[in-house]
Amino acid sequence: MDLEFSREELAFREEVRAFVSEKLPADIREKMDLGQPLTKEEHVRWQKILAEKGWSVPSWPVEYGGTGWTPTQLYIYDDEMGSAGAPPVIAFGAKMVGPVIYTFGNDEQKKRYLPDIVNSNVWWCQGYSEPGSGSDLASLTTRAVRDGDHYVVNGIKAWTTLGQHADWIFCLVRTDPNAKKQQGISFLLIDMKTPGVSVHPVITMEGDHEVNETHFEDVRVPVENLIGKENQGWTIAKYLLTHERTNVANIGNLKRGLRRVKREAAKVKVGDSVLIETPAFARKLADIEIQITALEFTVLRVLSKVQRGGAPGAESSLLKVRGTELQQAMTELLLEAAGYEAFAYVPEGGQSVNAKWTARAAANYFNYRKVTIYGGSSEVQKNIMAKAVLGL
Amino acid sequence: MDFSFSEEQNLLRDSVKKFVDKSYTWDKRKALLESDTGFSRDNWRAFAELGWTALPFAEADGGIGGNALDTMIVLEELGKGLVLEPFLVGVIFAGGILKRADAKTKSKHLPQLIGGESIYSVAYAEPTSRFDLFQVETTAKKEGQSYVLSGKKLAVIGGNAADVLIVSARTSGSARDKSGITLFAVDAKQPGVQRTGYRTVDGLHAANIVLESVKLSADDIIGPVDQGLSLLESAADETIVGLGAEAVGVMQVLYESTVAYTKERKQFGVPIGSFQVLQHRMVDQYMEYEQSKSMLYMATMAVDSGQGLAKAASALKVQIGRSGRQIGQAAIQNHGGMGMTEELPVSHFFKRITLIDLFLGNADYHLDRYRQLG
Repeated sequence: MDLEFSREELAFREEVRAFVSEKLPADIREKMDLGQPLTKEEHVRWQKILAEKGWSVPSWPVEYGGTGWTPTQLYIYDDEMGSAGAPPVIAFGAKMVGPVIYTFGNDEQKKRYLPDIVNSNVWWCQGYSEPGSGSDLASLTTRAVRDGDHYVVNGIKAWTTLGQHADWIFCLVRTDPNAKKQQGISFLLIDMKTPGVSVHPVITMEGDHEVNETHFEDVRVPVENLIGKENQGWTIAKYLLTHERTNVANIGNLKRGLRRVKREAAKVKVGDSVLIETPAFARKLADIEIQITALEFTVLRVLSKVQRGGAPGAESSLLKVRGTELQQAMTELLLEAAGYEAFAYVPEGGQSVNAKWTARAAANYFNYRKVTIYGGSSEVQKNIMAKAVLGL
Repeated sequence: MDFSFSEEQNLLRDSVKKFVDKSYTWDKRKALLESDTGFSRDNWRAFAELGWTALPFAEADGGIGGNALDTMIVLEELGKGLVLEPFLVGVIFAGGILKRADAKTKSKHLPQLIGGESIYSVAYAEPTSRFDLFQVETTAKKEGQSYVLSGKKLAVIGGNAADVLIVSARTSGSARDKSGITLFAVDAKQPGVQRTGYRTVDGLHAANIVLESVKLSADDIIGPVDQGLSLLESAADETIVGLGAEAVGVMQVLYESTVAYTKERKQFGVPIGSFQVLQHRMVDQYMEYEQSKSMLYMATMAVDSGQGLAKAASALKVQIGRSGRQIGQAAIQNHGGMGMTEELPVSHFFKRITLIDLFLGNADYHLDRYRQLG
């Protein structure tokens, strides 16, 4: 057992750190630090900086624009990026549809779609959930009916995150209504500009426009936009669920969140003292720091397994459940730290009448209730672990 | 970054497993539990012959120079067998103090500890100290060339049968001063040492000890006069890491036996493990177990590197205290009425994990210590 990083790995960490420190634009850095949502332009600007360095899709095979890094290097990269407050790359292109296309797509599709993902020329969004299909994803009812060289798509996709920015959407659609529910599903790419596609904002409780409903009304999609074979969509969906799950805990980001809470709590006055000296608050901080340490070592254990050629199995579910709980706990601590100053409602992109750092405290606490619900709720993750780990 | 074990470490684990399988069948354990001393000197000699008592000591001190990971493996396996010999306190804690002392002390005590001829224990807790190692009211008054010890010590694990007690006593200052504490080696049979032995609720044996004008010489001092606290603290932190290993072993049995039981036990015509409420409780056990194991590895590394040991030990103690409670309580709950009985091993593991939290400072105590260490 050797839990040290090698000299080369440490040098790599320095390289990533130096890169972010030099290249992350100051305005984006500040917004990230204040927990403000970024605009489309800001996301794309940062992703293009990464692309220029060749780091926008590090885990991809080299032939498609990846880096060829080891699992440990990929971990270090994510850890440093999170720790430095660099915006996470929007996952829908780089971490979801991209890997699906290079794994299941044909050469034509690879040539057509992958370069624009690598270079952030095209913004993707995800069409999985539906108003009637949440945790039971396979019950989806959006229909795609073959008509000559086209599929005709009808239905509604729910929770389309940042769909208002998107150029393309990847969808799970039902192509065989008579097959068993997992077996009649296909994976389809749809241009958002196609007639019949409309995006309807869904405002979440903090007041932000982050998610949408996407409606499809007789949308004609060329057959060549099908990925893999017809009715193979569920296999692709399952592949994505286990792909790139070691960073699901986002330790670097958790550590940055903790540093931020500590920094602000050290300035919040409580009579003659400051909040961070208050025993109850200090205990919560210590508590969360200990939990982050435990999770970090679990991530490293999984990483060691992957490095030796294993695949992360049910551990991904553990990391998802515990990582998201900690993310939520962090927003809760910042809200508590803000106290009365968290009262003021601040619309997306607006200024608070109170201290700058408090503007998003309540909004992010509200918004982060999502993390234990999306991507397979905590309860679904526990069902997965009960089956895979406990054999129940 | 590699969490795999070496060939030697796998062999070591196998040898402990073999011992547990052979010498700790449930019947043999029960007989030991009901014996006077509560453990077996023969087993202790076997530990010495197998080299376990030599594991955490440098070759120069007569040990075999194992690292903290080796010790972890032994304790994890002993934990799975609910082994009753006070290995943790006798070897890791007492030995941890001795190996940090001067050469003269080491050469006087370590050979008999490593050889298994004398069993050591540590008497530090007092009626008013709760978990603070520095709260010491036992006094050691200097009279000429001698020291005279008087005071009361609580919960000395293995103290009923130990041959030598390492006692913290105050040579200067007042009850809560961090300096002024000196450690002494006290022969348990010496006049003035009154031991009240008892069985602990988790099946170990311990003693409360009254020291009444116990006369010692300067040769009995372990480590520096007045500055014994740091020795005691470092050894206690190393012991906490060993305790963490034992706890992880205990937790593994608790959670795995619960899963196994719910696959067998039928109610309403189906195995109770098919019920989602029970499944999720067991998944929580699994997650707590894995997090504890991760924390154990982290702290084990800290023992070997010597970097940040105090904080790592406190973090681990918080983790195992809380995880142990969840895993233990869930184990009993999911076993239902059968979990309440003395007959099933699960209740014995539950009792052990419960006392592990209270030993050397519970989770609340270490959460405060962790934050105060900054």
